[in-house]
Amino acid sequence: MHQSIDQSIEVVNLNLQTNSNEMTESTKVKALDKVVVRFSGDSGDGMQLAGNIFSAISAAIGNEISTFPDYPAEIRAPQGTLSGVSGFQVHIGKGVYTPGDKADVLVAMNPAALKTQIQFLKKGGVVIIDTDSFKESDLKKALYETDDAIAELGIDPAQVMSVAITTLTKESLADSGLDVKSIVRCKNIFALGLVCWLFDRPVSQAGHMLSHKFAKKPTIAEANVKVLNDGYNYGNNIHASVSTYRVETASVRKGIYTDLNGNTATAWGLIAASEKAGLPLFLGSYPITPATDILHELAKRKDLGVKAVQMEDEIAGACSAIGAAFAGNLAATSTSGPGLALKSEAIGLAVMAELPLVVIDVQRGGPSTGLPTKTEQTDLLQALYGRNGESPLVVVAASTPANCYDMAFNAAKIALEHMTPVILLTDGFIANGSTAWRVPEDDEYPEIHPNYVKPEMLNEGWKPYMRNPETMVRYWAIPGMEGFMHRLGGLEKDAKTSAISNDPANHARMVAARQAKIDNVANDIPQLEVLGNPDSDLLVIGWGGTYGHLYSAVTDMCNKGKNVAMIHFNYIKPLPSNAEEIIRRYKKVVVCELNNGQFASYLAAQIPGVEFLRYNKVEGQPFSTGELVEHFTQLIEK
Amino acid sequence: MEENKKYTAQDYKSDQYVRWCPGCGDHAIVIALQKAMAEVGVPPHQTAVISGIGCSSRLPYYMGTYGFHTIHGRGGAIASGVKMANPELTVWQVSGDGDCLAIGGNHFIHEVRRNIDINILLMNNKIYGLTKGQYSPTTDRGSVTKSSPYGTVEDPFIPAELVFGARGTFFARSLDVEVATTVEVLAAAASHKGASVCEVLQNCVIFNNNIHSYVTDKEVRADRTIHLRHGEKMIFGKDMNRGIVLDGYMLKAVTIGEDGYTIDDVLVHDAKTPNNTLHQMLAMMDGHELPLAIGVIRDVEAPNYTDELTRQVEEVKGKKNFKSLREYILSGDTWEVK
Repeated sequence: MHQSIDQSIEVVNLNLQTNSNEMTESTKVKALDKVVVRFSGDSGDGMQLAGNIFSAISAAIGNEISTFPDYPAEIRAPQGTLSGVSGFQVHIGKGVYTPGDKADVLVAMNPAALKTQIQFLKKGGVVIIDTDSFKESDLKKALYETDDAIAELGIDPAQVMSVAITTLTKESLADSGLDVKSIVRCKNIFALGLVCWLFDRPVSQAGHMLSHKFAKKPTIAEANVKVLNDGYNYGNNIHASVSTYRVETASVRKGIYTDLNGNTATAWGLIAASEKAGLPLFLGSYPITPATDILHELAKRKDLGVKAVQMEDEIAGACSAIGAAFAGNLAATSTSGPGLALKSEAIGLAVMAELPLVVIDVQRGGPSTGLPTKTEQTDLLQALYGRNGESPLVVVAASTPANCYDMAFNAAKIALEHMTPVILLTDGFIANGSTAWRVPEDDEYPEIHPNYVKPEMLNEGWKPYMRNPETMVRYWAIPGMEGFMHRLGGLEKDAKTSAISNDPANHARMVAARQAKIDNVANDIPQLEVLGNPDSDLLVIGWGGTYGHLYSAVTDMCNKGKNVAMIHFNYIKPLPSNAEEIIRRYKKVVVCELNNGQFASYLAAQIPGVEFLRYNKVEGQPFSTGELVEHFTQLIEK
Repeated sequence: MEENKKYTAQDYKSDQYVRWCPGCGDHAIVIALQKAMAEVGVPPHQTAVISGIGCSSRLPYYMGTYGFHTIHGRGGAIASGVKMANPELTVWQVSGDGDCLAIGGNHFIHEVRRNIDINILLMNNKIYGLTKGQYSPTTDRGSVTKSSPYGTVEDPFIPAELVFGARGTFFARSLDVEVATTVEVLAAAASHKGASVCEVLQNCVIFNNNIHSYVTDKEVRADRTIHLRHGEKMIFGKDMNRGIVLDGYMLKAVTIGEDGYTIDDVLVHDAKTPNNTLHQMLAMMDGHELPLAIGVIRDVEAPNYTDELTRQVEEVKGKKNFKSLREYILSGDTWEVK
């Protein structure tokens, strides 16, 4: 065994791209810009926990991080089978904007994991396996045809670092007093210890996190910390003669940081907005993958006074939020594509009643039930147009896990200040992915001023659909306010009296007023900034969760002297006011999105005469930086 | 606001012209609702009336309170959001048999199950009026309507059965022609903490005229209906000499002084008992062998949703005592870059 490990470490040296030729053998530390590690195992093996801790400690020592958990669709598939494999990929280092296309190091806790995950390993990357789980019966469960998994998958044995993780875990905890089942459950943490050693992570910090995680079960906490250290020491002792890696840290802004995924960020952004607006937060929701974690997080935040309610269906989720908005709360509803379809009619009511409402759509693969755990950007046109009648509203999109916080905040601000529903599009990729996030100070975000009625309006002939003539926003009177009793509804109203009206000219006037109100939002949103090299022929356009991959590709190319410019949209309806001017500057414009060209067709309608090239992918997977670089290079050279 | 101001029905009226058909039962019901609100005395600005779609759902426009005429079937879900967001408001939901029991059936059973403090006014005319005469979920089997030209081949819901199936804590019934009884049950609904369902049998003079006349006609009403009142004997009839007794496991209508039955045999109505078996039997009486029950049939105390929600929020907030989101975030896993 020692032999094979020594060999594998040689391979580590050979295959991890190092950028420091000046390093001498004697330092035994190799420096890397960035590295991708993928943890995989049975969905019950605790790979998400190991991955999360590895990411968090990497961020804590100054690496930029980006993570992506890849869950199976089945909750608990039979143990050891191919459908039960759970993965967690983390990208650490400097200049990290995505979880990485492929992994430098793959941890595979069983043969099923190895079989399904080997496709995510870079050519020549390193595999760490638990030899204890590669017995004949394990191989059979994972449908191997031979008794040599490594050979069958065509993996070079020199790439493989074989460690008897289960046995070593058992030995480590022999005196712990825990039962065998509990002991074996700690094997993920042994693997984590080993990876911590390999990448020179501070194991003490990981220990703190484990103690915190298992605070209510001190025996388990102690066992995990011991196994962690033993895993680390095992690496250290056995491979004292081989290299470990130092991954480049980024010079990040001072402050307090935490590891944040997109769904939690969305939930927190709403809470932040409710604090700024001085309004209670209400969420009406219904469980749906991959949006449910927003409901989970806000349900827990009763400790901050949040009311998050699981209603009887998607429609009731939206409708209860509309009721809460009418009653004067900051109201939101969270869902994914199929749920947005069900909420359409209710959102139309919010458009007509002109109530503030935040609708969060965490996009997944469609149509219909589609690919619930996979990512796509295929709900854009549904968000823009999926309602009856002329029904304009604001559509915004978040671009990274941390940006979900900002965009949830901004969506709420726009909804409250412009009295309109706002649809916030995120997606499964950024919702479940995480990055290190600096906890903002209270004064870093703007104030929110809902457009309330003023008491003196009662004497000035106030009516419920009276508008601010500049913004076209109607004034918000909330039940409980004396004197402002009024009736809202889904029927068309008279522009002056607010009574029900079927008058043709009045309807045209109200349609125009509702449109003008949304168009005016453009005055309150930030301008686009040109990224990459503005002085290029090619302009890359993206929106929402593809930011990381697009930006990585564009930056990589610019660094290599291939000039590419990029703009990325967080605000889709209305568009930022400088969008057209920027787009018309470029010879070639390519819109990249994880659908069949929805944003491209929308832009083409808004900005006529520009030829929008398209780069589309609808596989339920994010872009890879590699494929983008390849495509953009072709576009430049054509 | 003036303290202890006495409100009159007029204070709950809006300036809108009432557009229901002449002779429609809804006219009497909106008057009853305004009277009931005045009787209960919650100020108009602390009252919200929410409706879905249908003739009955036009009602909020005629109220001087806060009101919201929403979309078909969703009144219950929207009213739930209003009440959850601001439990201080008195929330009414106005609905019809189509809106409430067909397209809105799911929201209806769940708001009843949650026992959220909403007063639900269900106007039952056994027909779709606003879409001009299709059968509804309460239309009797065999009825010929525009969408059932050869008669329906399905059984109707009895609204009370749905309420009891959803573990409802309050059910009352009235007739559009009995304004005083409607005021009585609506006021009782408002006093009840929890989901209160008041079914009012209402006549659609255009598409289903006289559908309830078997029990509502003046000449026969006293003999075919019984006004139940908590703690009182279940007696009815023109001469108030008929009573409801228990015969084995079944209810039976008897004449007091005949067949050996005395007033002592007549049941006393107990609306407050948690067991709903007898309430259900009373609510199922249809005016034929047994008189149709009007008045408050069930009015039981139980934990209600909004009080429980508020209590839980306060309890958790008190325990953790975070002043802000930032304070909460800093209590979790963080690290500092100096």
